[in-house]
Order: sequence, then structure tokens, then C-alpha cells
Amino acid sequence: MAKADFSVPEIGEHIEVPLLVDGTMAHSKPYVAKADFQTPLGYPGELVENWQQKAIDKMGELLGKYRSLRVYLDSCVKCGACTDKCHYFIGTKDPKNMPVARQDLLRKVYRRYFTFAGKYFPKLVGAEDLTKEVLDDWYSYFHQCSQCRRCSVFCPYGIDTAEISMAAREIMDSIGVGQKYCNEIIGKVFRIGNNLGLTKGALRDTLEGLEEDVLADTGVEVKYPLDQKGAEILLVTPSADFFAEPHVDGLIGYGKVFHAAGASWTLSSKASEAGNFGMFIGSYENMRRISMRIREAALELGVKRIIFGECGHAWRVAYSFLNTLAGPFDFLDPKYPVPQHILEFTYNEIQKGTLKFDKSQNDHMVVTFHDSCNVARASRMGPNPGGQFEIPRAVIKAVCNHFVDMDPDTIHEKTFCCGGGGGLLTDDLMELRVKGAVPRVTALKQVIKDHGVTHMAAICAICKSQFTKVLPYYGLEMGQIVSLHQLVSNAIVLSGAQETRDEDDD
Amino acid sequence: MSFLTILFALSFYVAAALFVGGLAYKIYRFAASPAPLKIPTTPAPVTQFGVVLRMFREVVFFESLFKGTKWTWMFSWMFHVGLFLVLARHLRYFTNPVWAPVEFIQFFGTYGSFLMVMGLAGLWARRFLVDRVHYISAPSDHLMLILLLLIGISGMLTTFVFHTDIVALKSFILGVMTFDWKPLPDDPLLVLHLSLVILLMMIFPFSKLLHAPGIFFSPTRNQIDNPRERRHIAAWARKLEESS
Repeated sequence: MAKADFSVPEIGEHIEVPLLVDGTMAHSKPYVAKADFQTPLGYPGELVENWQQKAIDKMGELLGKYRSLRVYLDSCVKCGACTDKCHYFIGTKDPKNMPVARQDLLRKVYRRYFTFAGKYFPKLVGAEDLTKEVLDDWYSYFHQCSQCRRCSVFCPYGIDTAEISMAAREIMDSIGVGQKYCNEIIGKVFRIGNNLGLTKGALRDTLEGLEEDVLADTGVEVKYPLDQKGAEILLVTPSADFFAEPHVDGLIGYGKVFHAAGASWTLSSKASEAGNFGMFIGSYENMRRISMRIREAALELGVKRIIFGECGHAWRVAYSFLNTLAGPFDFLDPKYPVPQHILEFTYNEIQKGTLKFDKSQNDHMVVTFHDSCNVARASRMGPNPGGQFEIPRAVIKAVCNHFVDMDPDTIHEKTFCCGGGGGLLTDDLMELRVKGAVPRVTALKQVIKDHGVTHMAAICAICKSQFTKVLPYYGLEMGQIVSLHQLVSNAIVLSGAQETRDEDDD
Repeated sequence: MSFLTILFALSFYVAAALFVGGLAYKIYRFAASPAPLKIPTTPAPVTQFGVVLRMFREVVFFESLFKGTKWTWMFSWMFHVGLFLVLARHLRYFTNPVWAPVEFIQFFGTYGSFLMVMGLAGLWARRFLVDRVHYISAPSDHLMLILLLLIGISGMLTTFVFHTDIVALKSFILGVMTFDWKPLPDDPLLVLHLSLVILLMMIFPFSKLLHAPGIFFSPTRNQIDNPRERRHIAAWARKLEESS
């Protein structure tokens, strides 16, 4: 068990809705960004003078730019349908982690300054002035939302707390109160090209290392090309795939699939990051600037298709926003959607029959699948609604003999966030991350107990990192979380591989 | 012409103007704010017709709320269906001759009031009995339910217990509508009922009752899931693009 300086929740038989305990997470605050991390993103370095007025002005600007914000701040009837749906509420019992209460932190200020009722009858409608205490609450609780949108599934008006927390973070950034983790990372993307700050040289070394590993493993020369002009496919993947476990095993899998399918592909040192933390801070401008690297890389390399590796929020930005932010992609091959998910590619190849698998290679595992929030509720795979649930499971079943789903209330559109999404995957929020994982860990432990599940496959770099870190707090092992394409990698039979293995046997 | 008649006739004009004007303004503001990104909660329909169906299920059956909590769904559906039947029945006081469908709905509208009041009572009870819902309730959330309950109960009393002079009321309403005022019956229960309705009409556009038009403008529910097929871009975002 990992050690903690906070109390790790007990995991029960079932996910239970707790009674409220006021203020249990009021102390939770991520590090504030220093000026060095604020200015490259176009934000002031510290809390500006006259910040109340500036914040109200910014809120007014956002109300004019985002219909979601305006409609959602006006429409909530406080029915309570969302109150028991947030993993952070379930894990922390803090009432301000109920989605509606979180929204109300912003809504009460909106009402005070922008509505008739709030201006003249503030007490009646729960409107409040924007004070330092309110700002502190904003900083604390809008960094306890992973923007997973689970609440929006159950809201009768589709109110999406993610939209509210993005707006709140954008307002705070604009008055100089940014979050260090996100803003430092965005700066790294601008400076170096990816979240982890891996240079072109480091990338090349890593990829050559992978080629050697795969050759040693399989006897087949699988290539992991970088900046190869004229390649057909540009693969954009989260930078964690280049070295973190179990992410890198997924990257190895993508390469094997491309190899087996005979596809010409390349990675790019310029677009060496699929992630886009601009979304987490609600900044259209920064999100666009990050996305433009992908367009530029595609143009420079002359590719015909763009494919994204396994990552949840990255796939949301790619699937739902890339065409908006960095389109139109009329210079790519119109036969393929722009962009595609690596799972769409693998699935299509399986349908075509170009891939061969030895499923027994995964027989030591009983696998379950964690639907990533952004893939499940904010994007799609394939031509049909719900393809984002069917395609990953179809691929797992094509490469594994033993697959079991978790409790239906915790998968598909009702999936629970891993607890580390939305720009919260930082050590200074460890308590929140551990507690936020409660519902998912509960569901996982159920299938471990009832069906002997040994591993949980994920398709998101953040989910993988989060579970690797958090599972040990609950007596599980970090190795129990695997990349989906790691399973593909285990089972895929590469042409030429068999002979090598025979030789080895001799 | 009694003071009461003049007061209520004028109040109806003011309330109607505020209701229609306020709501039109709010709807204009909703419609005028752009939705710069595609954010439907998925799985989402991939066609416009699919979106219409999704919205229909949402507005008529409260699909998402049903997924969320069955008790709240039951009470709020009872209330809204009851309210719909009651409102439809009330059209008989605004039409002469009464339209056939309104005649038809008379029975359902009369007893729909029970559904409406029971639903409201259930919703209000939740605000005390469920600690989470209690926590999020502002005074206005309680008052809104009280207002609707009082409208329902006072209306039911005039129908079932202390019958009001409905013929005279109808002639008053038609008079207000045609600017040919007729006397309002001075029945205290009726006066209470009408006062509360006037109050409700006036606060509608300034309150959470905006959820009624709001749902139609909710991007998570009204957008088509087709971002890869069609480029979606807001006017302000296009300007940003041109300037950089």
C-alpha cells in the first residue's frame, strides 16, 4: 500500500452516496502559477489591481462568446439530479463538490452582477459579491472538477459543469491566478513541442530504442519513424507514450499494427503531443495555438491522413474541435475522416482481415475496460453513435479470450472519471486524485472479486498515469492497468516473426 | 367599473408585457450568443432529425432526469404533465366558442390539477428530506414551489369547493383581451388565484423558470454530432483566425 498523509477512503461493496460533510476539501489547492508560467500564455503574472472589476468584465465577455455559459447559468432549477453523480463528491463528501454547488460558486456571482433578481434581491436568489473568499473558493473547487461531464448526462437541461469550470479557470487566468501544472505544461508545448519537454533528439533516441526492443522481442524490423516526409499517416500521440509505463507498450502496439497493415506512417517532432491542456483552462486561443502545430506538421510532412494515439481529452479536442480550431483539412485525403483514432484504424484493419492474432498470448489476463470520460461523453469513434464504446471492446475481444465489463452504471456514458483528468494530474492534488478514484476502484474491485479480473485496459494517457499512481493506495498493483494497444501488441502475429521464434527454439 | 376590475385588467396587461417582452429578450440573448465549439453530450445524434427526436424525448419525457433520479423524475413529470393539462383546460376561458380539443381535455385538465399539486408537494418535500437537495436550495427555490402550490390549490378550491362565478370570469378575461372591460367577480379565492398567476408571469423571465426556453438552446442537447464532417466556426473565432 502506498503511504498517504490523508485518510484513504475504504472501498465498499458498492458505490455509496455519502452524507454531506462541510469543507472536507476546502484546503485542496494546486500550486499557483508564477509569472514565468503565466506570461507565455498571455496572462498577467500575478493578481492584478482592480481584480474584481476585471473578473466581472471577463465574465461578461465570456457570456457573449459562449452560449453554453449563458444558458447554463440561467437554466438550473436546483433539482438535484447531478448532486450524487460526481466522483469527487462521492470520494470527498464535500458538498461543494456536488456539480450544482460547484456551478453555484460562479452562478452566485453571475446573478449578483448580471441579473435583475441578483442585483436587487441578492439574498432571495443566493447572489453574492465577488470577494477574496469567493475567489479562493473558485480556485479550490474549480480545480476539483475534472471536466468529465458525467453530471451533464443526467441534467434535464444538459448543463455541463465542465463548461462552467473552464470559464472559471479562464476568468482566474485573466486576473493572474493561474494553475501552475497546466500553464507550465502549455508553455512547454509552445517552447519544445510537447507536455513533457522531450526534444527531437530525445524522441529519436527513444524511438530507436523501441525499434531495437521490438526486433529483439519478435525478430521483426518494425519501424517507429520520426519526421519522415512523404509518409501517408501522421500519428499524433500523447508524449507520455514515449516513455511512461504502460503508455509506451501502447505505442509499441500502434507501430506493430501499422507494420502489419503495411501502412506508411510517421511521428512528428513538431506535433509530438496529442494532449491539449488549452481545453482544461478554457482558453480557445491557447487551445487553437496548440492545435495549429498539428496542421503545420501535417503540411510540412505532406501526409494524407492524421491519426491520434490513445488519449481521452486529446481525442475530444481532436475529434470535436480540431476541424474548428485548425481546419479546414482540405489538403488531406478526403477518403478518411480527419482526424481518426488509432482504434478506428486497428478496428478497420481487423474487419479487413489484414491483422493476425494469437489470442492465447493474453490468456494470463482477465481484462476489463475503463471508458475514458472524454472519449465516452465528448466524442465518437466510427460512423455510429456509441462507436466509442463498441470499437474498443471489439478490438479487445479480437485480441483477448477473457473480457468482462464492469457495473453498467460505471461504463459507457455513465463511466466514472479516473480522478486525474481535467488538468488535475499533479502531485499537489494527490489527496483529491486518490479520493476521486473511489467509484472506479469500487467497480474494479467488484469484477476482480466476482470474475477474477486481473487487468484494466485504458485508452487515455491521463487515466493510465493516474491509475498507475493511485491503485497502490487501494491495495492493487500499478501493473494492473494496461494500454489497450498493449493487448494488441501482445497478440499480434507479425509476418516473419514465426520463423525467428522457431530459430530461437533451436 | 370597480377598482378591482380596473386593477386586475391593468395588471394583466403589465404582466403579459413583462412576460412576453422579458422572455423574448432572454431568448434573443440565448440565440445571439454563439456556440463556438461542438459540445454535444455523446452518444449524440448524427442528423438534424435525430436532434429533434432527442429534444422531443428530453422535453416531453425528461429523458436525462429519468437516468438521473427516479423520484425527482416522477414528481417533476407529474407536476409538468399536470400543469400542461391544467393550462390546456384553461384555454376555455380565453376562447369563444371553445375549441374542440379544449372541450375534449376538460376532464383530464380538471383532475390534472391533483397530479400537479402532488408533484409539487413531492418536489418540495425533497428539498427538506434529501440533505444534498436541501443544501443547494436558496430561498427562491422554496418560494417558487410555494407560489406554484398556492396557485394550484387556490385554483382547485375554486373548482371543487367554493365554486366561483366562472361565466363572469370568462367574460372578464375576454373583455381584457378585446379591450372591452367587463367586471371581475369579487370572489376572494379567485382574486388570490389571479394575483399569484400575475406574479408568476412577471417573475418568469427573471427566474430559474428560464429553464423552459433554456433547454432548447442547450448546446449539449441541440448540437449534431458531425464535427469531422462539417467545420463549425463562430464569427468571433473566424475573426481571431484572420487577425493571427
